[in-house]
Amino acid sequence: MDTNGSNNLITLEDLQVYYRIAGGILADDKIVKAVDGVSLDIKRGETLGLVGESGCGKSTLGKAILRLTEPTAGKVFFKGNDLAHLPQKAMREHRRHLQMIFQDPYSSLNPRMNVGQIIAEPIRTFGLTYGESIESMVGDLMETVGLSRRFLTRYPHEFSGGQRQRIGIARALAVDPEFIVADEPISALDVSIQAQIMNLMEKLQAEKNLTYLFISHDLRAIRHLSDRVAVMYLGRIVELASGKNIYDDPLMPYTKALISAVPVPDPAIEATRERIILQGDVPSPINPPTGCHFHTRCVYAIEECKQIVPQLVEIKPLHRAACIRINSEHPHIEQNAEAGMRAIGK
Amino acid sequence: MSTNGNGTILTVKDLRTYFNTEDGVVKAVDGISFDLKKGETLGIVGESGSGKSVTNLSVMRLIPEPPGKIVNGDIIFNGIDVRALSIDEVRKIRGKRIAMIFQDPMTSLNPFLKISTQLMEVTKLHLGHSKAEAREHAIKMLETVGIPDAESRVDGYPHEFSGGMRQRVMIAMALSCDPELLIADEPTTALDVTIQAQILELIKSLKSRMGTSVILITHDLGVVAGMTDKIIVMYAGKVFEQAPTGELFSTPANPYTKGLLRSVPDPAHEQGAPLYQIPGLPPDVARLPPGCPFAERCDRAEDICTREYPPFVQINEHHHSLCHFAEEVYAESQQERAVSTV
Repeated sequence: MDTNGSNNLITLEDLQVYYRIAGGILADDKIVKAVDGVSLDIKRGETLGLVGESGCGKSTLGKAILRLTEPTAGKVFFKGNDLAHLPQKAMREHRRHLQMIFQDPYSSLNPRMNVGQIIAEPIRTFGLTYGESIESMVGDLMETVGLSRRFLTRYPHEFSGGQRQRIGIARALAVDPEFIVADEPISALDVSIQAQIMNLMEKLQAEKNLTYLFISHDLRAIRHLSDRVAVMYLGRIVELASGKNIYDDPLMPYTKALISAVPVPDPAIEATRERIILQGDVPSPINPPTGCHFHTRCVYAIEECKQIVPQLVEIKPLHRAACIRINSEHPHIEQNAEAGMRAIGK
Repeated sequence: MSTNGNGTILTVKDLRTYFNTEDGVVKAVDGISFDLKKGETLGIVGESGSGKSVTNLSVMRLIPEPPGKIVNGDIIFNGIDVRALSIDEVRKIRGKRIAMIFQDPMTSLNPFLKISTQLMEVTKLHLGHSKAEAREHAIKMLETVGIPDAESRVDGYPHEFSGGMRQRVMIAMALSCDPELLIADEPTTALDVTIQAQILELIKSLKSRMGTSVILITHDLGVVAGMTDKIIVMYAGKVFEQAPTGELFSTPANPYTKGLLRSVPDPAHEQGAPLYQIPGLPPDVARLPPGCPFAERCDRAEDICTREYPPFVQINEHHHSLCHFAEEVYAESQQERAVSTV
């Protein structure tokens, strides 16, 4: 039973992940809304890029889909099953199809296991094959990710960062998953190695029809790999569109600033372009601003922005944004502000 | 010979810094030369292990010895032969006339001391400030780098500041004594893009206001593009290319530089085509092959490249490239440039 009969592999409905922070003797406990009501579809075979600054909840969202972090409320549909409410034992059956690649290839591999053991572990756990065929399967996986099978008995510390990331990818692929959450998989790597890992991920996706949730703060990498991009700010998705539309025509002031902040490797462009510099830091998620979380840093913020929580609605075809100063008839906030239009959206 | 004429504040000539390790001698920096003029910004670009940080630790005389040693070269800072100075004399320059900011502002600030104590220490030592003067100066510096409510925040501890704010504190500390040279080693790598934009903008505006010369070390070609006057590209301890910023980006004369530029995803391009990738891994600097250290990853390498160490070819007055085929690569870049601007 597919939830909506479409080609959605994953459907999130109002997913919430809250953390309780102990307040001490006198203070009350505080709640951090790391993921605050996210609804999203991830289509079969696509790469959905999830971008945002540190602390915006993007990693927590990725982990909550895989139940590596327990969701507080909401639903995670995977092929019609709500993973968020499955008992752990039933969840294990699905884990095979849902894998993760981590940011830090140094700490995500057990230093006491050799590469063969690391990649074989999920194969043994799920009993996919037995005996000697495990070794040949591991060898094949290593070659798939561009490592020589001669390295089977080597330990993680004998590899460079890029090679370790390949080991992490081979481990994720070992169980032949359908969906992979890649959490900042290239951030810790050198520039020349980042391109190799991105190309490897694209090649594997084409060969194995994988679906990726690609989490990154690197907008250049997000643009390159993603079919669609979701922009997250303090626990909420604030804009969702195709990679091209997000870059060519960002609607949210936050997305505009994020894109404008990325330095371009071209001195001629750098010398002339106007950069939007956001003031201040990302506010604390413990006590986020009321209304639209972004109003404290937004040059277009008006009084209503402090009160109304904006909904993520379709402003242009296949382009959603959460801002009360725009709507489908008037999608451009600069013009709306100039014309003196105030709260016109939801 | 210990003068730098015509507005040059730093001259580094054929600097070589080697480390003795279990694997043998690692030539972390093996022959780098550059001049830096007053108010100029030099970018040093390279991947991890390329020697970009060791170059600057050498200039500051911060190489741990042993195992490291500056085995050759001149470092002339405003007429002073830095290599000939005693440790006490170096300390008088370091932090006062040459200041440094590092990648990770959390580990470079003392977590047990108030920001005020750490900022005041610098000016009390170098400028002979009294306690009251030092405190006033500390507050002024925090205001200069854009920390709101500086008067009350000056007595906070590092953990009470966000990453971007801590980097601002580091910059305030580095600029406390109005240094002639600021060395910034990956100053924004640990920060979010929006905060990175703030910090780069801050360094730019402080530089133009105070006339400080800057050496900016980074792996990010985007960061150097907008910040620097000239660039050195390092690989395996060697200078691979050296050129004015505009020329390096428009007409690179080294295959490694070209590969780096091409492997950065360009948002303007349609998604779908695979990204250009430099194959293989950076070499082990302790076991460099006899020829060009980049040869086995280079898409235009020929026999000579693995046999013979390449020459450092002068393309024009300010542009050098370490490559057997530097002239050809440069000519190709010029052609590509001509085609793309038509």
